[in-house]
Amino acid sequence: MTTVTEKADSGERLAPGTPLLEVRDLHVEFVTRDGIAKAVNGVNYSVAAGETLAVLGESGSGKSVTAQTIMGILDMPPGRVTSGEILFRGQDMLKMSNEERRKIRGRKIAMIFQDALSSLNPVLSVGYQLGEMFRVHQGASRKEAKAKAIELMDRVRIPAAAQRVNDYPHQFSGGMRQRIMIAMALALEPDLIIADEPTTALDVTVQAQVMDLLAELQAEYNMGLILITHDLGVVADVADKIAVMYAGRIVETAPVHELYASPAHPYTKGLLRSIPRLDQKGQDLYAIKGLPPNLLKVPAGCAFNPRCDIATDLCRTEIPALHQVADKDGAELAGRRSACHLWKETLHG
Amino acid sequence: MGRFVIRRLLQMIPVFLGTTFLIFFMVHMLPGDPVRAMWGDKAVDPAQLASIRHNLGLDKPWYEQYLTYMGHLFQGDFGTTMGNRKVLDVITEALPVTVRLALLAFVFEIVLGVTIGLFAGLRRGKSFDKGTLILTLLLISIPVPVLGFIFQTVFATQLRWVTPTVQDSMNIGQLVLPALVLGSLSLAYVARLTRTSIVENIRADYIRTAVAKGLPRRKVIGTHLLRNSMIPVVTFLGTDLGALMGGAIVTEGIFNVKGVGNALYHAINLNEGATISGFVVVLVLVYLAASLIVDLLYAVLDPRIRYA
Repeated sequence: MTTVTEKADSGERLAPGTPLLEVRDLHVEFVTRDGIAKAVNGVNYSVAAGETLAVLGESGSGKSVTAQTIMGILDMPPGRVTSGEILFRGQDMLKMSNEERRKIRGRKIAMIFQDALSSLNPVLSVGYQLGEMFRVHQGASRKEAKAKAIELMDRVRIPAAAQRVNDYPHQFSGGMRQRIMIAMALALEPDLIIADEPTTALDVTVQAQVMDLLAELQAEYNMGLILITHDLGVVADVADKIAVMYAGRIVETAPVHELYASPAHPYTKGLLRSIPRLDQKGQDLYAIKGLPPNLLKVPAGCAFNPRCDIATDLCRTEIPALHQVADKDGAELAGRRSACHLWKETLHG
Repeated sequence: MGRFVIRRLLQMIPVFLGTTFLIFFMVHMLPGDPVRAMWGDKAVDPAQLASIRHNLGLDKPWYEQYLTYMGHLFQGDFGTTMGNRKVLDVITEALPVTVRLALLAFVFEIVLGVTIGLFAGLRRGKSFDKGTLILTLLLISIPVPVLGFIFQTVFATQLRWVTPTVQDSMNIGQLVLPALVLGSLSLAYVARLTRTSIVENIRADYIRTAVAKGLPRRKVIGTHLLRNSMIPVVTFLGTDLGALMGGAIVTEGIFNVKGVGNALYHAINLNEGATISGFVVVLVLVYLAASLIVDLLYAVLDPRIRYA
C-alpha cells in the first residue's frame, strides 16, 4: 500500500499558509438564446491542504459552475470565463494549455459527482473504470490496474472487492456506487478533491457512512476538500469553513460552527431556519419566501433583496461588498465575512 | 448465455415455419398457371397438361403440397425448376454474389456511416454537421434507381472508372459501385443514427466523469462515447443485413449483377414457385441469424441487457 510519504510527483512543498487552491474574482457566464446568464459573479475562496471548505447554496447559485470551472469540465460554449484567476499551487490554471490542465485533472484535483449511477459508465466494469486512472496517468498494465482497482475498492470498504471488480455499476447499491466514485477520485492520491453533492442521491443512513468515509480518507491523505452541497446537515460535522453562495456570489463565509451559531446574512439565517427540527414537530416548516433569481435578470442591488425581510432602499440599489464581520465590541472575527449592508443588525440584532 | 442462445434458436423454429408457410401459400395464390405457361401461346391438349400436373404433384391440395415441400426441404432438397434445374444449384450460384455485394455494402455503411455520424455529432451545429444532414436527407429521398443511374453516368460514362454494368459478378472490384448504391440509403440512416446518439451521449454524466478523470480526448471518445452510442446503430445494422440481401433486386437489375435479386426477379416473372420459396427460405435464415447476432452483440455492448 502506498502511503502519503511515498506519494509520487506531488510537486514542491507548499509554504505554510499558502492555500492549495485559490479562486480569485471568478466570473462565469452562459450565452443562451434569451441572453447572457451570469452564473458566477466574482467568487473568491481558498482551500488549504487538509482543510474542508463547504460551499452552500441552492440550485443555480453558481456553486457547481464554480467547481466545474476549477475542474476544467465546464461546457464551453455555452459557458465562458470572463475574468478571474484559479490558482492551484500558485499557478493560474486558466492560463494553462489544455494538455497541462488534463494532467492535473484526476491526478492533482479529482471530482466526485452527485449521481454515481449516471456518472459511471454503464457499459464498463467498475474495475476497468477505476483501473483507467492508473493506465492513463501512470501507464500501468491491465493486470496492474486491476490489482490496484481491487486495492482501492478495499480501501473504500466495498465488501468482497476481488469478486466484485468485474461487476458493472448497475449491480451495486447507491452507497456502494458512491464509494466507487470516491475510490476513483482517490486513486492517484490527489491534492484536492471537489465533491459536488456527494450524498444527495443517497438514503440518509448511507449519507452519513459515505460522508464519514470521505472525511476519514481526507484526513488520512491530508487532502483539501471542497464540499458542495445544499444540505446544511451534511456540512456541520465535516467542514472547517463554509462559503454560502447566492446568485453567483458568495454572501457569507465563516468557520462552520460560528456560522451555525450566529449567521451574519439574512439568507444564511433563512437557510438555517428552514432545517426541519424534531423539537418543532407540528409547526409549519419555515421557507424563505420567493424563488431564487433568474440569472438572466438578477435584481439590482443585493440579489437577495426581493426575498429579504429587512431589505432597505440601499439594498435595492447598491450591491453590498463582502464586509469583514466584527463582534459587538468592534473586534474583527477571523474568517468571517458577510455581503449584507445590514450585517450588524443581522448578526447582533 | 448458453441457455439464451438455445432459447433463441428454438424460437427460430416457429418463425421459420410461419414464414415458409406464408410464402408457400402466397406463391400458390399467384395468378397464372406455370404448367400452361410452358407452352406460351400454343394450343395444348388438356390431358397432357393434367398428366404433367399429376407428375409434378400440382393436382394435390395446396396443404399437401406444402407438407411434401417441407419434408423435402428438411432433407436439403429445394425441389427443381420448371426447366428441371435443381433449385439448390440456382441458389448456390446466385447467393455468393449477393453475399459479396451485401457485405461490401454493409462495410461501406459501417465504416462511412459511423465515421461521418461521429464527426457530425462531435461538431454539432457546425458546417460539417449541417452538410451531413443535408447530404443524408438527399440520399434518403432519392430513389435507388435514380441514384444508380446517376452513379452509372458519373463514374462509368463520364469518368470511365468502371464499366456501366458488371461483367463478372464474382469480381469484388466490379461490385464496388453497385455496393455503394445498395448501401447508400442505409449509410445515410447509420450516419444520422450515429450522429443523434453521439449528440445525446456527449452530454451524459459519465462523459463528464471521463473528462474529469483526465483522460485524453481520444480515449473519452473511443472508450466511453462511441461504445455507448453504438447500441441503437447495431440494432439497425442487424435488421439491415437481411434487408440488404433481399433488397438488392433493384440494384442488381440496374448493374446486371447475377445475384439473388436477379434470380428472384426471373423466378417471379416465370411463376417458378419452388425457386421463389427456396430463395425466401434462405433469406429468412440469413435474417434470423443476423438478428441472433445482434442480440448477442447487445450483451457485449451493454451489460445492463440481461439474457433473462
